[in-house]
Amino acid sequence: MTAWWPWDVLIILGAYHGLNPGMGWLFAVARGLQERSRAAVWQSFLPIAIGHEAAIAVVVILVAVAQFLIAPEALRITGAVVLFGFALYRLWRRTAHPRGFGMRIGLRGLFGWSFLMSSAHGAGLMLVPILLRLSSTGSGNQDMALIAYSASFSPWQGLAAATLHTVALLIVMGLVAIVVYERFGVAFLRRAWFNVDLLWTVTLLGAGLITLFS
Amino acid sequence: MATLLRADPTFYASPRLAMQAPPETVAYVIIVNPGNGPDGLAVVDADRSSKTYGTVVGSLATTHSGDELHHFGWNACSSSLCPYAAHPHVERRYLLAPGIRSSRIYVIDTKPDPRSPRIVKTIEPEEVVNRAGYSRPHTSHCGPDGIYVSALGSPTGDGPGGIFIIDHDTFEVRGRWELDRGPQYLAYDFWWHLGYDTMITSEWGTPKMIEDGVNPDILLKGGYGHQLHIWDLPKRRHRQVIDLGAEQQMVLELRPAHDPSKAYGFVGVVTSLKDLSASVWAWHKDGDTWKARKVIEIPAEPADPEQLPPLLKGFKAVPPLVSDINLSLDDRFLYVSCWGTGEFLQYDVSDPFSPKKTGSVHLGGIVRRAAHPTSGPLNGGPQMVEVSRDGKRVYVSNGLYKAWDDQFYPDGLKGWVAKLDAGENGGFELDRKFFVQSDQRFHQVHLEGGDASSDSYCFA
Repeated sequence: MTAWWPWDVLIILGAYHGLNPGMGWLFAVARGLQERSRAAVWQSFLPIAIGHEAAIAVVVILVAVAQFLIAPEALRITGAVVLFGFALYRLWRRTAHPRGFGMRIGLRGLFGWSFLMSSAHGAGLMLVPILLRLSSTGSGNQDMALIAYSASFSPWQGLAAATLHTVALLIVMGLVAIVVYERFGVAFLRRAWFNVDLLWTVTLLGAGLITLFS
Repeated sequence: MATLLRADPTFYASPRLAMQAPPETVAYVIIVNPGNGPDGLAVVDADRSSKTYGTVVGSLATTHSGDELHHFGWNACSSSLCPYAAHPHVERRYLLAPGIRSSRIYVIDTKPDPRSPRIVKTIEPEEVVNRAGYSRPHTSHCGPDGIYVSALGSPTGDGPGGIFIIDHDTFEVRGRWELDRGPQYLAYDFWWHLGYDTMITSEWGTPKMIEDGVNPDILLKGGYGHQLHIWDLPKRRHRQVIDLGAEQQMVLELRPAHDPSKAYGFVGVVTSLKDLSASVWAWHKDGDTWKARKVIEIPAEPADPEQLPPLLKGFKAVPPLVSDINLSLDDRFLYVSCWGTGEFLQYDVSDPFSPKKTGSVHLGGIVRRAAHPTSGPLNGGPQMVEVSRDGKRVYVSNGLYKAWDDQFYPDGLKGWVAKLDAGENGGFELDRKFFVQSDQRFHQVHLEGGDASSDSYCFA
């Protein structure tokens, strides 16, 4: 396995979040339609992306701290258990969703909403196997070895991982929102809103497996 | 399970898209038992190509007596597409029918056979009382984040009335909705402007003020509801009172514009103490405050006291008694029921502040007793109105509320449901092939897949 594969996966997962209507682009489009304003669509992107990044940063920091406190083997198994447990909860409450938000929550509200949605989605948790993978590949990288402990990823790698993922989300979310707002409209939702959350939950289960057996 | 992978196809992002929905093939109508037996739900064939069109093709009886079923609503609707709480992979399948007297709520499954609905869960009155502190549930709306139900009062039959939430997955009562109710005490209907994070509620009376019939002492003192309340929907807080004036008695059905970018709506007032007229008011957002003004006034009709029930003899007039209104999905036509005079009206409300009358039909009425083209004289009057999503068909039933039915129609109200076909640019006519009559009473009508009072939308 080469050292770059986790970065690939980070981008793919980010793009996947960007495609999910429930994670951002649909909210941006709704705001634009409500205000009859293209600017309202564009203004939504950054708060949503930053909220997403913040949700991931929480997990990155948790794993970064944990790798100093817990043996790598125990950390791996803990990560797998958390991923499994979270996926099972999501299967049990398939139609759960946040409460207390509305159409006029403003940009700060959008940030909070995105942070909550991304956390509840397990967007950060999904990075656990990748972060652990970075831990093991990091040691083999000469440059990184200078700043990283032998079995850990560096803060810079963590930040880079979260940001790369979020940039992928931002680009895809932005593209979909603009195309839907400018051209297609939301009529297709009725037929085409495939249950991406369910697929995501299955992916979480898969990530748990990978973590357990990697 | 059809919606496990794909969104429910009856969910539409915007009211404009919902107008393209296919015509309903069945209508669900609440049956109220005039005696002491159980109430129920009738399934009326609304498929024009069917041999049984316009007849009752299925029904369901409840498991208790004396519930007085009244309004009802779906477990989920187009608001599930709202982006801030999206969960479109639930099924529009269950009807929640609250008993306005018993506070019992029936959860009715309309699948797999839409013509054979059955009760799958009963929420007992104790659960409503213990978890929400309310009783006498009235309106039910599927909200973006749960099922909202209004209640007329407290378990003792006094106020305050308010709103409680039922979980859309488990059908358990989650609790009281309001965090801060401000001065609000009386309750009746509610709905919202999802695009403005705003809820509107209206006022009838506490259970004690209405359950023995309209109380003339309370009425003449202006004691029934005459205010609108504006709320912050996500924050669950009271924001503003709009007082229509104490002479405006009983502020009932709320019909906000369906387009979430429009900040106006209509509410019917049953009667004015000044001259027994009825009225429709339009509320609208003006900067940071909401205002309301009268846009339609319907005068009382002089009448021979001999022909009037005891309550009205002294007035020598029939009040129109606007008890329900309904707005087409394009926010263009407003339908107004005059339950007293037996008149059913259509207005073009393209300009909400200057409605133009575009249609009128008479059915029943306290004095007029107007007949349907296929019937003899009728009693009751046009009351609950439902409009199909495409705006082409309008259904109207004649039952109001048992104790009040008996006061205004003491000869014993006989139930009927009529249907009208609406013209594209206004005007309507009664459908001769659709007229359901019964010794039972009928209340609210809802249509398969949704209608003009069942869904709300987050996309303009």
